Amino acid sequence: MSSINSFKKYFTSYLFILPAVLMFAVFSIYPFYKIFALSVFSWDGISTTMKFVGLDQYIHILTKNPNFWTAMGNAAYITVLALIVQNGLALLLALLVNREIKGDNIYRTILFLPPVLSGIVVGLIWKWIYDSNYGILNHFLVRLGWNNLQNFAWLAEVKTSLTAVAVVHMWKGFGYGFIILLAGLQTIPKELYEAAKVDGADAWQQFKYITVPSMISVFSLVSILTVLGTMQIFDLIYSMTRGGPAGHTHVPITRIYEYMANGEFGYSSAMSVIFGLILFAVSIVQLRVSRKMKQYE
Amino acid sequence: MNEARIKKSLINVITHSILIVIAFSCLFPVFWMISSSLKTQNEIFTHMDLIPQHWNFSNYAEVWTKAEFGMYFLNSVMYTVFGVLGVVFISSLAAYGFARLKIPGKNFIFLVLVSTMLLPIPGVFVPLYLLLNKMHLLDTRLGLILCYINGGLAFGIFLLRSFFEELPIEIEEAALIDGASRFGIYWRIALPLARPAIATLVIFNTLSIWNEFLLALVVLQDKGKMPIQRGLMMFQGTHITDYPLLMAGLTIATIPVLVVYLLMQKHIVKGIAAGALKG
Repeated sequence: MSSINSFKKYFTSYLFILPAVLMFAVFSIYPFYKIFALSVFSWDGISTTMKFVGLDQYIHILTKNPNFWTAMGNAAYITVLALIVQNGLALLLALLVNREIKGDNIYRTILFLPPVLSGIVVGLIWKWIYDSNYGILNHFLVRLGWNNLQNFAWLAEVKTSLTAVAVVHMWKGFGYGFIILLAGLQTIPKELYEAAKVDGADAWQQFKYITVPSMISVFSLVSILTVLGTMQIFDLIYSMTRGGPAGHTHVPITRIYEYMANGEFGYSSAMSVIFGLILFAVSIVQLRVSRKMKQYE
Repeated sequence: MNEARIKKSLINVITHSILIVIAFSCLFPVFWMISSSLKTQNEIFTHMDLIPQHWNFSNYAEVWTKAEFGMYFLNSVMYTVFGVLGVVFISSLAAYGFARLKIPGKNFIFLVLVSTMLLPIPGVFVPLYLLLNKMHLLDTRLGLILCYINGGLAFGIFLLRSFFEELPIEIEEAALIDGASRFGIYWRIALPLARPAIATLVIFNTLSIWNEFLLALVVLQDKGKMPIQRGLMMFQGTHITDYPLLMAGLTIATIPVLVVYLLMQKHIVKGIAAGALKG
């Protein structure tokens, strides 16, 4: 009797988590397994026969596919810029707003606007701003006296396309880091600064000996989010350049999508696994570094 | 004393100058989009002013009907509504189970569910495409909605479980003694109490589903089912230089985001900050 009761009790309890578990099993765990399974086959997605190729596709991607490494390099270039320029700007602004200034709520609202817009919308607005003939950017630059930039195609020139995309990415992203950094700054007890002032510490010393040490985990969080978010950039690239000119703005996800769209399911899966493992390794290293830095404080 | 005051107000001026320049640079592209959407094709090439000469709303009528943005918009509304409902219902149900019920092995299951949130799985759309194909859900609305629901579950369960755990258990125990069913307690007591957390969930999922592009690109081929983000790319592909119409389309796609953001702005900013610092 009691075992029937307990079964009945557990049964209804399991019903609560069943839909979520089913969804996860089908749409998260199975694809996760499948991406590894597919990566060792050469398969076009249609044929009934899949050819087992072992690690051949991995080796090909790593040693014989310059497209993959160019894409990694492009994403890494945007990521390094974002880590330094975007996060530097975010920190500067967070420090400014944290000084109990008037209108901080308005600044917060405006600075967080770009992050809530869609990547496609942002990409297409900026494509219009960058337009070589009628874009407002060239119009403005010509007015400042740069007449040689009159018809300059920022997104179509090999020299500028990647940086032009990176600027838009940073424009869209810095508000996110700003909000997190500001929240982090606000958790530092004010007494620390007051005590330091009494001891005669100037602003730079306060920043170096109070702000930075207290913010290490927040810095590491923001940098991990920046790396993961930037390396996996897709919408902005797709809406602004589609990887062009001549592959100069291709990134890993646009390549993976392209191979998949060409019906190379096994190959694009192998590329996803390699890319995912690299991201995972980088995140682990970032976590380790931040832990080490905390220990030394 | 006087010198210190001058120094302080100088710092204030510099602070506000920097912030105003940055704030302007955040707003300008959005204003430029709206402004261009009100101009004629002729005007955008000749008049580079932020304020249009004539307020020309006909671009909106044209993209809404002729370029079928009405259809894309309604598709997006449908995906967002069903996606958000699915996320809220399934994740609150599971979160209640994890927080309150005796389920053997539930901690392990919870750990597996939430760890998928932390693992970067780029390119998961490749197996997802094949899976939907096998289930005959490729190029269907249901297929895309299921992907969106799944995408919001981990965060939803994580958020709601901690919320349910913090609720006082006494009310639920009293209801249990009064003979209420577990589902009844979840539905009538726990869920209404979780309103603040559910609001957070609704806001974040509304924005992320409305703005989503990559899954919609992979799953859908039929133009009639496409959400507005794909509609924008479709339109841009065929009308490359028709910027006023494109900007009207972009503005239509952005208005719901702006409305949600401006109404819920404090909630969103707080949620991001709290979520990030807790995690």
